[in-house]
Amino acid sequence: MGKIVLKKVNKSFGDTAVIPGIDLTIENGEFVVFVGPSGCGKSTLLRLIAGLEDTTSGVIEIDGKDVTGEAPAKRQLAMVFQSYALYPHMSVRKNIAFPLKMAKMPQAEIDRKVEDAARILNLTNYLERRPGQLSGGQRQRVAIGRAIVRQPSAFLFDEPLSNLDAALRGSMRIEISELHQQLKTTMIYVTHDQVEAMTMADKIVVLNAGNIEQVGSPLELYRSPRNLFVAGFIGSPKMNFVTGPYAQARNAATVGVRPEHMTMSTSEGEWRGTVTVAEHLGADTFLHINVDGIGLVTARASGEFAVNHGDTVFITPDPNRIHRFDANGNALA
Amino acid sequence: MATQQTRTLARFMLAPSVGLLLIWMAVPLALTLWFSFQQYNPLNPIRDGFVGFSNYLLFFNNPAFLWSILNTLLIVASVLVITLVGGILLALLLDQPMWGQGFVRILVISPFFVMPPVAALVWKNMIMHAQYGVLADLMRTVGLEPIDWFGRYPLLSVIIIVAWQWLPFATLILLTALQSLDGEQKEAAEMDGANFLNRFIYLTLPHLARAITVVILIQTIFLLSVYAEILVTTNGGPGYASTNLPFLVAQKATLEFKIGQASAGGIIAVILANIVAFFAMRAVGKNLDR
Amino acid sequence: MARSVSTRRTAVVTLVAWAVALLIFFPILYTIITSFKSEQEAIQGFDLIPSFTLESYRDVQSQYDYFTPFMNSVILSLGSTILALIVAVPAAWSMAFAPSRRTKDILMWMLSTKMMPAVAVLFPIYMLFRDLGLLDSRIGLTIMLMLINLPIVVWMLYTYFREIPGEILEAARMDGASLWGEIVYVLTPMAVPGIASTMLLNIILAWNEAFWTIRLTTTNAAPLTAFIASFSSPQGLFWAKLSAASTLAIAPILIMGWFSQKQLVRGLTFGAVK
Repeated sequence: MGKIVLKKVNKSFGDTAVIPGIDLTIENGEFVVFVGPSGCGKSTLLRLIAGLEDTTSGVIEIDGKDVTGEAPAKRQLAMVFQSYALYPHMSVRKNIAFPLKMAKMPQAEIDRKVEDAARILNLTNYLERRPGQLSGGQRQRVAIGRAIVRQPSAFLFDEPLSNLDAALRGSMRIEISELHQQLKTTMIYVTHDQVEAMTMADKIVVLNAGNIEQVGSPLELYRSPRNLFVAGFIGSPKMNFVTGPYAQARNAATVGVRPEHMTMSTSEGEWRGTVTVAEHLGADTFLHINVDGIGLVTARASGEFAVNHGDTVFITPDPNRIHRFDANGNALA
Repeated sequence: MATQQTRTLARFMLAPSVGLLLIWMAVPLALTLWFSFQQYNPLNPIRDGFVGFSNYLLFFNNPAFLWSILNTLLIVASVLVITLVGGILLALLLDQPMWGQGFVRILVISPFFVMPPVAALVWKNMIMHAQYGVLADLMRTVGLEPIDWFGRYPLLSVIIIVAWQWLPFATLILLTALQSLDGEQKEAAEMDGANFLNRFIYLTLPHLARAITVVILIQTIFLLSVYAEILVTTNGGPGYASTNLPFLVAQKATLEFKIGQASAGGIIAVILANIVAFFAMRAVGKNLDR
Repeated sequence: MARSVSTRRTAVVTLVAWAVALLIFFPILYTIITSFKSEQEAIQGFDLIPSFTLESYRDVQSQYDYFTPFMNSVILSLGSTILALIVAVPAAWSMAFAPSRRTKDILMWMLSTKMMPAVAVLFPIYMLFRDLGLLDSRIGLTIMLMLINLPIVVWMLYTYFREIPGEILEAARMDGASLWGEIVYVLTPMAVPGIASTMLLNIILAWNEAFWTIRLTTTNAAPLTAFIASFSSPQGLFWAKLSAASTLAIAPILIMGWFSQKQLVRGLTFGAVK
């Protein structure tokens, strides 16, 4: 079981409130991603749940039990750190066995569980090596192995993939998702990368300056962002924001159009602009276009849309998929 | 980073070190301060009592005092100059590719591990001795009159010995710093057309700045309290020609039993050290905030 | 990036470097050579190839009882180092892993105690030792040397501990380790190299300390520093014996020093140069 409830959780260092007060419920078995720019308080929030930091005020409950004052060890949580935090002086086997040893489990059972975990994570051949002799991806898997042997009520991931290269990041993402499918244990995952959030989460929590901006499934956030911040943060490339007469004509202070929600043409369209940079990726083409009277706009076209720097193009935003925001940045219905 | 529980524990674990150092520093220093205003002579206790600033006056009016301050500063300054210039040159030399680099390094740093009394006695008897020393042999071989080092140049002799002890330290630290200089930076500078001298002035020297600061600071701490070297070579003489402040104070306390004056001298030594420390600590403190 | 350097250049550099190095090492080398000479030979002037005799080494033991100060040096340097570590390890741990706003000030203050001139407190310490019956005792001097080097020990350990990532200790905490488990299974094994280097440097410093060891001892507790210093007033022929005593006094520490070059830089610069 692993239902985690935060009630008015506040964390302050001196006079500065890093997290002014957060209410959040994480259901058992959910994969929740905390996402936000660096310094938004997402890691601090995770560490509060872990018990590595004291809450200034508020209550943290795990499975209905108040654990606010409990030591990390007593919370039945496992954590995977950004730096992996493997014990450099222990073999992979000993690293994975460490939490079990601390729990004073009989050696035979420890061995069995370690072997099981190693099999799941493809580490069987590396059990006698030291962390220093492993690649980044393997280290990551050892860190995960150390977490899963304990059968915790929830896993906490603190930017676990940020030290890996892009290709490895992609495959580890899938591995962690598969692990979640297998274990069906609550996972809380912190990242600044919205792609990770979109691909892995059941539920995304977008944080900004210690406050929750929006909570929802990936597609909910994509389809109906509640404000400018979420709209700009979720989706890649970033949503285009248009102000001025175009927005006023639609009774909004700002209008947002995603790059993928525009029709491109070389002959006719609503906006006319000049291509400044064309990024041909094969499957897609990303165009950076200087639109007359609007400004710089990013648009996605089909892969074979053959325009180059200096060409004139026409863009028509899909009227059903534009997002309207008021002067305070909040979405208009 | 830590929780309240860990922080409380941390206080307890820090307490013994802080406590011990506090006692060791505060109690004796307070006693010294007290004695510096007292007439106190263990051999002749009749006239003991409070005497105000007269110990300080006596100390200042003693010609030995001026000598000792001058000698202290001369030792610090000359040894610093010799070891820094020599250390930079040696470090540059040892940084070049050569055969047997490891062994050369070992030879160069060895004097630092020689205990001061040994260093002083070896130099006094076997190197600089006016009759039997190696230098005397050398001078006779080229037809010159051997120099009576400790008789005619007592302070210089002490400075040479102390510099020999500290040159390895400066070299080792500067060499370590030099080796951390980014090779690509050097190559970039070469590509930019900088010659050896330019590279040294604009690249190497600024890179060494921090190491040089540290060498000055650490050596100053130790050089301000050179003692054994003087004790076993010149014994402060002839006259007061090679007496520094620590030596004078120790002399007053242990030979003349003028505890009041010795304490006054000790307080002056503390003030002197504090002036130096003030600048030195600021430099080190800055280096900590990386 | 390896650069091809001409062999000739390397040869010249090698020659110059060896010449300079031998010049600097010469007083030590000459001491070692002289220790194998007879007393007559020793003053006959510069001579690098002596007749080999161990006479002086025998005399140093039989005439001056070399073994006692040697053992005193061993006991004092080892004892003070172990004592210092016992006090300093917890302190360095707490400053490295639970730093507070005052941590930096405390560290700087510790450094500043190292700057206090020893002579300033000579007399009070002397009296204190006299009244406590610690004069010329190994215990008293051990404590003294411990206190003198404590700031350096704390600093060195602190810089080593600070390199252990805090996340690893947090991982141990998450894995259910108690504070005791954290220290025994994680911190200590990772800190052993740092503690060993600190120990090595501190032994060297304690072995060579030559103010308090000379001023607070007479015979019983006198280590090699005081023993050698007593040779400063010579009677008769004694150079070969002085050389033998000196060689024995510096040999162990010289060898330890060669092994601890890197740590030495770090320890003596308070971690500012690595």
